[in-house]
Amino acid sequence: MWFFLLSDAFTFGALLIVYGLSRHKHLPYVGDPEAFTFSTQWWPIPEKVFNAFPGLHGVDLPLAFVALMTMILILSSVTMVLAVEAGHRMDKNDVQKWLLWTILFGSIFLGCQAWEWTHFIVGDDTGMVLGDGTRVFGASLTVNQYGPPLFADLFFFITGFHGTHVFSGVVLLIMAFINTVNGVYHKRGHYEMVEKVGLYWHFVDLVWVFVFTFFYLI
Amino acid sequence: MAMHTDHSHDYENTGELPKPQTKAIWKTFIILVVLTAIEFVFAFMMDAGTLRNSIFIILTVFKAFFIVSEFMHLKHEAKALIWSILLPTALIAWLMVALISEGSYYFDSVVNYFN
Repeated sequence: MWFFLLSDAFTFGALLIVYGLSRHKHLPYVGDPEAFTFSTQWWPIPEKVFNAFPGLHGVDLPLAFVALMTMILILSSVTMVLAVEAGHRMDKNDVQKWLLWTILFGSIFLGCQAWEWTHFIVGDDTGMVLGDGTRVFGASLTVNQYGPPLFADLFFFITGFHGTHVFSGVVLLIMAFINTVNGVYHKRGHYEMVEKVGLYWHFVDLVWVFVFTFFYLI
Repeated sequence: MAMHTDHSHDYENTGELPKPQTKAIWKTFIILVVLTAIEFVFAFMMDAGTLRNSIFIILTVFKAFFIVSEFMHLKHEAKALIWSILLPTALIAWLMVALISEGSYYFDSVVNYFN
């Protein structure tokens, strides 16, 4: 498992390198952050892009939603360790309980990401005025209202690839949960499979820590 | 890994389960939450710049350390495994720093090559 995770880390490392390269290839925004406007001339400031929250239309809440997502994922990591710890004690009920919490938090994270993507694709009310006077709203692979096309492409690719990992993680967790309920691991005498799924799950959390820093903060 | 022997009878007659040892887990969780909170404080209190970015990266590395060492239990594994995971990761971190700092030169050469 560890070596699979290492190879996966290489893949994510490559994606983040591409992000760094493309970002440096474009001009940074140098003016006053208060006066920032979206433009294809410069790379957008992430706080100005990710500032929406479900149910609070038009309110400027920079990074609030992504903070919530980060907390949910860290919390799911904690419930996962608790499941592994319960497995060490051969406590079947506790393993079930904590696996279920982890599945719940993982699914909530996926739901949040679905909302985040929808908002990113649909865009806000203002949009961006192009050189020929037309307005673009939201984002597609060729054009987006936030900045250079590469910005949206990398957003889709990096968070999408991470989301796929979360999704596979949830599927693995559900499989582990079913096996636990059926007593497969208890009969086997150890909960090592829960531990392996746990390793994968923590890795997904770890990747998010990096994606969060490089995509949303810097 | 190589625990394929049948232990199914080991636990059948033990009526009581051992108490959970979760103190270290919650401690790690609190550290992670606090580090993330500090990142947010810096994101709003400080203007963007190299200094702020370095603070973010250092805090991220700290968070990564806690997740890998405590949650993923790497700290308590065999020395050989620790090194065989850490060394390639250190090399890729080096590659990242190198490619990003020399990024525009590299990017230009690729673009020129294909034009």
